[in-house]
Amino acid sequence: MKTKKLIDLAKTIRSKNAGTDKITFDIIFREKENYELVKKSGALTRQTVAALFNIPEERISDFVEFDPAYAIKFTIRRLEPSGSPGDRDIFGCQQYPPLLDIEVPV
Amino acid sequence: MKRKSLRIICPNGHMGFAPTKEGSFWIGAETRPDYYCCDSGSDDIGPGPLGSDTSVSPYDWEKHDLELMLIASRRQGVPMMIGSSGDTGTNSRVDMYVDMIRQISRKHRIKPFKLVTFYSELDKEDLRRRMKSGDVVEGLDERTPLSLAELDQTDRVVAMAGVHPFIKGLQMGADVIIGGRSSDAAIFAAAALYEGFPENHSYYIGKVLECASFCAEPYMAKESVIGTITHEDVTVTAMHPDQRCTVASVAGHAMYERSNAYYEYFAGGTLDMTHCRYEQVDAKSTRVTGQIFVPTVGRTKVKLEGSGKVGERYIGIVGIRDPYSIRNIDRVIDWARSQVEERFSGKPYQLFYNIYGKNGVMGDLEPVREIRSHELCVIVEGVAPTKEMAEEVTLIGSRQIFYARLPEVKGTAGTAAFVIDGVLPAPPGYKWTLNHVLPVDDPMELFTLNEMVIRDGEEG
Repeated sequence: MKTKKLIDLAKTIRSKNAGTDKITFDIIFREKENYELVKKSGALTRQTVAALFNIPEERISDFVEFDPAYAIKFTIRRLEPSGSPGDRDIFGCQQYPPLLDIEVPV
Repeated sequence: MKRKSLRIICPNGHMGFAPTKEGSFWIGAETRPDYYCCDSGSDDIGPGPLGSDTSVSPYDWEKHDLELMLIASRRQGVPMMIGSSGDTGTNSRVDMYVDMIRQISRKHRIKPFKLVTFYSELDKEDLRRRMKSGDVVEGLDERTPLSLAELDQTDRVVAMAGVHPFIKGLQMGADVIIGGRSSDAAIFAAAALYEGFPENHSYYIGKVLECASFCAEPYMAKESVIGTITHEDVTVTAMHPDQRCTVASVAGHAMYERSNAYYEYFAGGTLDMTHCRYEQVDAKSTRVTGQIFVPTVGRTKVKLEGSGKVGERYIGIVGIRDPYSIRNIDRVIDWARSQVEERFSGKPYQLFYNIYGKNGVMGDLEPVREIRSHELCVIVEGVAPTKEMAEEVTLIGSRQIFYARLPEVKGTAGTAAFVIDGVLPAPPGYKWTLNHVLPVDDPMELFTLNEMVIRDGEEG
């Protein structure tokens, strides 16, 4: 099956704190076609994301498809609040790179 | 007479954190907006500033941003409102902003005007009394209700104001409002509500304006945007000549920094953006309709933020190049940990290792399991009740990497490279102890207003 990497389909792939206890991920597409393609592909779901980050699905507090912005968004609970001693990424903004290489069937 | 429309300018998404860009600000100011609003707060900056009652923004940058807004708004004679003063919105930060306002007034000989301030800090003992009398401080984001033990671990608490103290300030005739901690969006919403616009659009204009140019494209921070509210819609317009508010940029902004793209919570209700419709109305502007504000039923729930000190902190930096040590890095770290434990067994310390080149940025979330780098940087973070102990914890935890006992290591003269032969003092470690809501009977009861006339300009 032919695939494309998510990095080649999405305009924006980012992560950022959502409050003190969560990190939220946004995957935003420029074209409706790519958005619909990824949405229907099954490559980006609660399950695939949990497997990618090696976390139980319960740590994903939200997973939404946001049609007005051609965006898929999900949120992961932190184990400790942001900025606590031992936190590696206070802003949560460098947790997205593993998403770049997700293979999407086309 | 009821206004048909109201225009609000937002120059900066986090006042003072990086200075407001003046070009687009003055382009916006020349269109004579009806209100100048901005917030300086963020919980992104970690729990340290709230816990230690300090700012992360340089003093001069905060004053610079206040200066632009005060000059422009006083020249026009329209209100200026600031929320979450000095990054955290504690009482000392409000006082600091008031002092800046006085200095600026003196410098520019600004005619006397009415200033209203409000404090948002919540006394721990007040909170304790409320808890003992039966109030449940509910946790947000699946946190459990606040316990008295967690309250004991807290150094400082701020309550997140909704629109109420801003509206009250405007009713008192304020020309300038300098606020404690507040919902970013509430500052703008308060202006619109006070002027008689419907809740749906008032809360939405706050939501879309609060991060300034983050709702525009291309990505350029700290540029001004202007929101226009009518009784039917909200329109947002980029002021920078090269920026545009597009359907994609405005809709995309709804998702920014929140766990769900559809809802935004305030003291007093929830903004539901599920049915928002976005239309490009000109090259730089997007119009939004369909937003709904759903008021809270029953007692108002006010969000509380709290921070408590965990301990003093030191940082060690260790480089490793030996391939055998890199392959066995977990054993190396185990050895160093065991040496700290041998010295401080039973004592309250914390020791963290961030191994850059392995999983330093992502930790357990890192899907790449094998080490692909020929060298590693280990950041050692030691936390303990006293500076002396934190230094020793970190020093042992760093230096023992040098002495790691691996059976087949070739380099028997040390397996760690040090930039300095010691460890570095770091800011104390703090933790977000409160991310909760407190139910109150009166949404104003946690906030203390104060009014004054600023006459420093007459002395200038």
